[in-house]
Amino acid sequence: MSGKAYIREMPKTTWWLSHSRYRRYVAREVTCIPIGIYTAVLIWGLMRLSQGAAAWEGFIEALNSPLSILFHLVAFVFAVVHTISWFNVTPSAMRVQIGEDFAPGAVIIGAHYTGWVVVSLIVLFMAGV
Amino acid sequence: MSERQVEVEILRYDPETDQAPKLQSYSVPCQEEWVVLDAITYIKDHIDTTVSFRWSCHMAVCGSCGMMVNGEPALSCKSFLRDYPDKIRIEPLAHFPIVRDLVVQLDDFMEKLNRVKPYIIPKEKKSVSDGQHKQSPAQLKAFKQYTLCINCTLCYAACPQYGLVPDFIGPAAMALAHRYNLDSRDGGREQRQEVVATDEGVWECSFVGACSEVCPKQVDPAGAIQQMKIASTVDWYKEHLMPWSKP
Ligand code: SF4
Ligand code: FES
Repeated sequence: MSGKAYIREMPKTTWWLSHSRYRRYVAREVTCIPIGIYTAVLIWGLMRLSQGAAAWEGFIEALNSPLSILFHLVAFVFAVVHTISWFNVTPSAMRVQIGEDFAPGAVIIGAHYTGWVVVSLIVLFMAGV
Repeated sequence: MSERQVEVEILRYDPETDQAPKLQSYSVPCQEEWVVLDAITYIKDHIDTTVSFRWSCHMAVCGSCGMMVNGEPALSCKSFLRDYPDKIRIEPLAHFPIVRDLVVQLDDFMEKLNRVKPYIIPKEKKSVSDGQHKQSPAQLKAFKQYTLCINCTLCYAACPQYGLVPDFIGPAAMALAHRYNLDSRDGGREQRQEVVATDEGVWECSFVGACSEVCPKQVDPAGAIQQMKIASTVDWYKEHLMPWSKP
């Protein structure tokens, strides 16, 4: 072979704009950012708790501000979207073979939702709701 | 039989004369039942004999006719023109170097395929006189889906991760590693793990899922990779938390 094979460079930062499939993927990945921030807020709260009653009260007060409530709402919606998008792909990632068949996708997804509800109920119960 | 004039744009590249590929347009009288490959063959036979492309079976079996059709990796022999508008753009498979026109260089894929040892490494040595390796239908079912791969590399053209990080072993090679790992006659998983359970292997995959969406054989390579991630994670925990469990 004479001549040189031509290499098409992929635009390093804008590649995901080129296809709806890639935009959907990036959207799914972005939903984890508010979840990360929410986790940081939780850890911050734990730290304030360890510093005594006054610090804890201050933390609770900050949580009640409108901005904080708005953030938590956004984080909640993103967490739900994130969770659903992952639950939907569990059947191909975790196949369960029974004899010559695989458990139907709906069963595997359903098991995840059931686990989600059970864990949520336990947390709510422990929180005294 | 109805005929339709379709404008077919082809990304052309001649390594001897061109600095970069460029689009060339052809007007092709297409029959109702034609696939994209028929239109390109018509161009080669009647309009421009210099157009280069690969094909063999014309029935979605050999895996050699993969191209980007309107930006989507597809088997050109399986892409019916009636599903496309009057203007289509054909480019060589994305993420691979272009040798000439629609022909891409697949050496990288071949090398990676080889690295995952896509063949049975027998669990125990058996001579012919010991008889055959028996396998139940359920044992066959465990890996059957992953045997359907035709090495068309559409999944590599769809995978942005492979485009960005060329060292990534990639979807089809990993699905084949999984196919042999799941085979009841095989004992080679540990050898394959040296390639699979690495940063170039399963951990380079961020589960975009594009590979499984474009696969013409429903192999679901993305699923295979996630299953191997889970198995590799279980290995890690076993090794670090239960060292006594190691054989
Ligand atoms: S996994 Fe599917 S898309 Fe990838 S090479 Fe095999 S048949 Fe083609
Ligand atoms: S020509 Fe064989 S798969 Fe298309």
